[in-house]
Amino acid sequence: MLILELNGISVAFGGLQALDGVSFAVSPGTVQAVIGPNGAGKTTLFNLITGFLAPQSGKVVFQGDEIQGRPPHQVARLGIARTFQLVQLFDHMTLLENVMVGRHRLSKAGLLAGALRLPWTKHEEQSIRERALEELAFVGLSDRADQPAAALPLGLKRLLEIARALAAEPQLLLLDEPASGLDAVETERLQEMILALRERGLTILLVEHDMGLTMEVADRIAVLNYGQLIATGTPREVQRNPEVIAAYLGTDWQT
Amino acid sequence: MNSRKLLNPWTLFGAAVLLAAGVLDNDYYLTLINFIGIHTLLVVGLNLLMGYGGQISLGHAAFFGLGSYTSAILTATYGINPWLALIAGLVVCGVTAFLIGVPALKLRGYYLAMATLGFGIIIYIVFTEAQTWTGGPSGLAGIPNLSVFGFKLDTPKRLYLLIWPVLGVILAISANLVDSRTGRALRALHEGENAAQSLGVDTSRLKLLIFIWSALYASLAGSFYAHTLNFIAPASFGFMFSIKLVTMVVLGGMASIWGSLLGAAVLTVLPEMLTVFHDYEVIIFGAILMVVMIFLPRGLVRGIMDLWAFRRYKKEGKIIA
Amino acid sequence: MELAPLLQYLISGLTNGAIYALIALGFVIIYHATTIINFAQGEMVMLGALCAISIYHLYPSLPLAFLGGVVLVTVVGIVFERLALRPVKDPSPITLIIITVGGAVFIKGVAMLLWGKEAYNLPSFSGDAPFHMGTATILPQNLWVLGLTAVVLLGMEAFFRFTLVGKAMRACAYNPRAARLVGISLSRMVQLSFALSAALGAGAGILIAPLTLGVYDMGTMLGLKGFCAAILGGLGSSFGGVLGGLILGVAESLATGLISSGYRDAVAFFILLLVLFIRPQGLFKGDS
Ligand SMILES: Nc1ncnc2c1ncn2[C@@H]1O[C@H](COP(=O)(O)OP(=O)(O)OP(=O)(O)O)[C@@H](O)[C@H]1O
Ligand SMILES: [Mg+2]
Repeated sequence: MLILELNGISVAFGGLQALDGVSFAVSPGTVQAVIGPNGAGKTTLFNLITGFLAPQSGKVVFQGDEIQGRPPHQVARLGIARTFQLVQLFDHMTLLENVMVGRHRLSKAGLLAGALRLPWTKHEEQSIRERALEELAFVGLSDRADQPAAALPLGLKRLLEIARALAAEPQLLLLDEPASGLDAVETERLQEMILALRERGLTILLVEHDMGLTMEVADRIAVLNYGQLIATGTPREVQRNPEVIAAYLGTDWQT
Repeated sequence: MNSRKLLNPWTLFGAAVLLAAGVLDNDYYLTLINFIGIHTLLVVGLNLLMGYGGQISLGHAAFFGLGSYTSAILTATYGINPWLALIAGLVVCGVTAFLIGVPALKLRGYYLAMATLGFGIIIYIVFTEAQTWTGGPSGLAGIPNLSVFGFKLDTPKRLYLLIWPVLGVILAISANLVDSRTGRALRALHEGENAAQSLGVDTSRLKLLIFIWSALYASLAGSFYAHTLNFIAPASFGFMFSIKLVTMVVLGGMASIWGSLLGAAVLTVLPEMLTVFHDYEVIIFGAILMVVMIFLPRGLVRGIMDLWAFRRYKKEGKIIA
Repeated sequence: MELAPLLQYLISGLTNGAIYALIALGFVIIYHATTIINFAQGEMVMLGALCAISIYHLYPSLPLAFLGGVVLVTVVGIVFERLALRPVKDPSPITLIIITVGGAVFIKGVAMLLWGKEAYNLPSFSGDAPFHMGTATILPQNLWVLGLTAVVLLGMEAFFRFTLVGKAMRACAYNPRAARLVGISLSRMVQLSFALSAALGAGAGILIAPLTLGVYDMGTMLGLKGFCAAILGGLGSSFGGVLGGLILGVAESLATGLISSGYRDAVAFFILLLVLFIRPQGLFKGDS
């Protein structure tokens, strides 16, 4: 059983073919990395899976359902959460509130219930808050729960964004370059977190330029180049693939 | 409101309302205070939409007018019970907001601003032109007073005792809302629509909901207004009044419930108290809008609070990180 | 419906439409350079009319009044950009909308202070002896409006098409580097766009003043209709804006004649809403 299947996905922006017949599949509980040079189409792939883009052709199958073309909030409600390459936090909300928004799909108090503060919503709020605090603790940001998100340094912003995504208890988590802007210590911590999440049974799709990190955590790697999938396989297989080496020639890929 | 402290804004608010009821006996001041209440009602609604939700409306006076005229026409012309008329006003405003909101809220930024502006102007023209219903530019007189259990609200004091407690409830409801699941989603929508969607927030539906919700506040304010003045004319519901409401939001503070009260109070009282202000009203509004948005884009109250909080956390941040 | 009044509506519709087109072009130019919609654009129209009228009262020469009005308002446009928009730290649409709306209201208030609430007359450019075309009447000013608008629009088109600065300006919003390539900084380009569109607005105001009088609150409506024209044309194509202006002017004038003059302004906004709701990309496909 596969958790996510991409079938012949093509996306074009005007004349530019950002994704060209991409197909691969992800097994549950694994870390699948997607790598490729700048502009290869990695972020486009994420936008496509999460409903921010619709493909010109091809299918996205998540847990047996075709989800291509559905709006982002519906995709999110199925249990797919993501982070953004350019961190997108709710700057003027506190860290805790940021993560609490992550619980949105799993709670149900509507506008009226919230405005009237009906008794049952209090329990719901309570559990939202507790779960959010747990996720904050998981990424090590508990002690800043009441600060505005804007005040965090970039490295911690990335962690907060992960905590917010985790609060949605996704089955599939998409991380878009989570290590960019992190220092060595923070990257180390990120690596441990990714492995811990895999232990929890979460499936992770990871776009990352830091090859050290990618090779450590990925079970399988898909390589994109100019919108085309040029290789898939285990880290070791991909590293030896001549086409991949050619695509990366002249870049600092081996580091 | 999990603080049990006696000295929270709500007990202060309640005490002030009661105190004023006991002390004040001057009809002029009471009327002024009633208008502050009505304006606050409008501004809180607009603030939910604009300050919290980040969706601009330059035609909010139209909903105020629709509520007003529905109440006025039904009571003055058809002799219907004012409370039923008030409910009818809410229905009219809610339905109108829905019909306008569905297409308008698909638009972003400038387009939404223009669409709401255009809507406001059309409604204003209808108030002026549909003379058989509205009495045209010279207005509609003879609007009866509200009454509660046969007790006629025909003095400023009695109206005060209706308007301010109702306002208290509305403020509390709004504060609850902002601090609820939907309120967080609303603020999230403002600060990052994509991120909110990626967490399962149906942003189009939420925009529509809050648009309707804020129109309902305006309708309620409109009905109160009609029964307070016993006379209404289109001039109160034009483009300039929409701008005045936006100015109140901006001055008091985007995304601030108490700021709404402050903004409404300041811009209701000043023109009354200072004739200079009255003469230069338009210029002053323009200046406030520009200066506040250039230097403190989240409004005075929030802007100052932010600056302060950010400094503090920045400092702490350096120690921790 | 007889033909004669129809023709009359067409003439007044085209005249107004030409004015809307000029204002629309002002919106388009600023939008191209900055992606800002300048809500104060209509006030430049009003200022143009009133400044020209005041100059004419000091020294009764129409060419001088025209030139003086345009120059003064151009300066206002530049100052507005410099003081109100350049210092903005958080240029989100909602902030910029409120600032330009504030600017519009501010300028209007100042105009009310300077000129009061009365309406002023500016003499027609070449007398008021009407021509007759069948039963329809054409004022010389109608021809002035149409003629000068055509000249200005052609001039603008040539500027954007054939001069380096013009070409760079068109590309500016999408590609700030284009500006630097011709050796002009982005902020210069933005300034130029505000100057140009203020000048266009002022010209529109001065052209229309002999037909409608000049009064402090004439700008809001004209500005909104100019925006409506720009949207009709797809906000981004100057040709579309011109066509949008003419269509709007004629539609409005016909509706006024056929339905009721009270709803005249509502017609424009009804069209605006319709376009925004059904085809926000404009009637003709813009080049963006
Ligand atoms: N909304 C868009 N409109 C037009 N072109 C786009 C859009 N989004 C992406 N592109 C283009 O599609 C291509 C793929 O972009 P994408 O962001 O997916 O690359 P990426 O692999 O994530 O690169 P990076 O490593 O730099 O993040 C690029 O050439 C990019 O310029
Ligand atoms: Mg990317």
